[in-house]
Amino acid sequence: MIYLHLFLSFMKIGLFSFGGGYAMIPLIQKEIQSHGWLSASEFVDIIAIAEMTPGPIAVNSATFVGYKAAGILGGIVATAGVAIPSLVLILIVSNYFFKFQDHPLSKLIFYGVRPVIVGLIFAAAVFVAQTAFLRQGTTLSGSMLNLLSIIDLKSIFIFIIAIIGLVKFEIHPILIIVISSVLGLIFTML
Amino acid sequence: MIPLIEREVVENKKWVSSEEVIDVFAAAQSMPGAIAINSSTFIGYKIYGKKGAIVATIGVILPSFFIIALIAMFFSKVQDAPVVKAVFSGIRPAIASLISIAAIKVSKTSIVDKAGLIIAILSVLLVAFFDVQAIFVILGGAAVGLAIYYLFPERAANILSNGGNEN
Repeated sequence: MIYLHLFLSFMKIGLFSFGGGYAMIPLIQKEIQSHGWLSASEFVDIIAIAEMTPGPIAVNSATFVGYKAAGILGGIVATAGVAIPSLVLILIVSNYFFKFQDHPLSKLIFYGVRPVIVGLIFAAAVFVAQTAFLRQGTTLSGSMLNLLSIIDLKSIFIFIIAIIGLVKFEIHPILIIVISSVLGLIFTML
Repeated sequence: MIPLIEREVVENKKWVSSEEVIDVFAAAQSMPGAIAINSSTFIGYKIYGKKGAIVATIGVILPSFFIIALIAMFFSKVQDAPVVKAVFSGIRPAIASLISIAAIKVSKTSIVDKAGLIIAILSVLLVAFFDVQAIFVILGGAAVGLAIYYLFPERAANILSNGGNEN
């Protein structure tokens, strides 16, 4: 039964994801969370690995989540699930679609959807930051005093270093990931 | 991935013209799903109909599928090792910064007016803090566009002519 759930969940993700991999993260997270397939930090690790490997993040995370949840067959059904909606849509409506995308109605729909995609990418950033900044096993609740004790200051330091490296020095994302993994090792040993 | 696809199908194989491939990428972005997969499916369809679409889709998915399946097998074995945990404790905040910067970049091109800004802020709040399903927020955004089209034709004409900037 888990295969059917994986297939349907990733089909839903494939059908409702616009604007690339990052905007998909909140959708995938919701499915993972409601089915209890992976922990939040495992999912963030998968995003990190998907980021470092070639290929679309959508496919990479589908394969990975499917595999972690239900082995190799899980990986296959999740990957098939995420790819099938657009394949079917293109097979059925491809000819109409080229005409429709220049239609004013289509333009207006995207006028409304485009800012939502921005919001979803910010929501993905919030989710990953929450997972990265909070100490393992804690959740965001309670007083501000409580907040100070559950936040991992080393992670915030790495976050700021990464932002500076990416924006100010335009360092390649892969190199940023390598540097931050070294920092993670050093901080753990200290 | 997009430049790679373009070089392969236009320059190397000469399957489609460079004008056609631009149309394909535009259409691929307005369909749900990964842009690279959609583009490959579209190009496969243009060259050899339904069969072409199916084999192109499988072709573009298989390499990443095999790579990730291998990594996943390996990662499951090592993920609890202290060194791996330490490395990922460093990588997680870096991923948060990568996504934050991507969000800011996308917002610069995708938010063109006050309405867009409000929709974006509402979407973050609903999804990140009120646990609303992303699907409903996407449908909500589409509904805003539909409502403007049918109920406020003047505003719609304004958006269509200059991308939504006031005045």
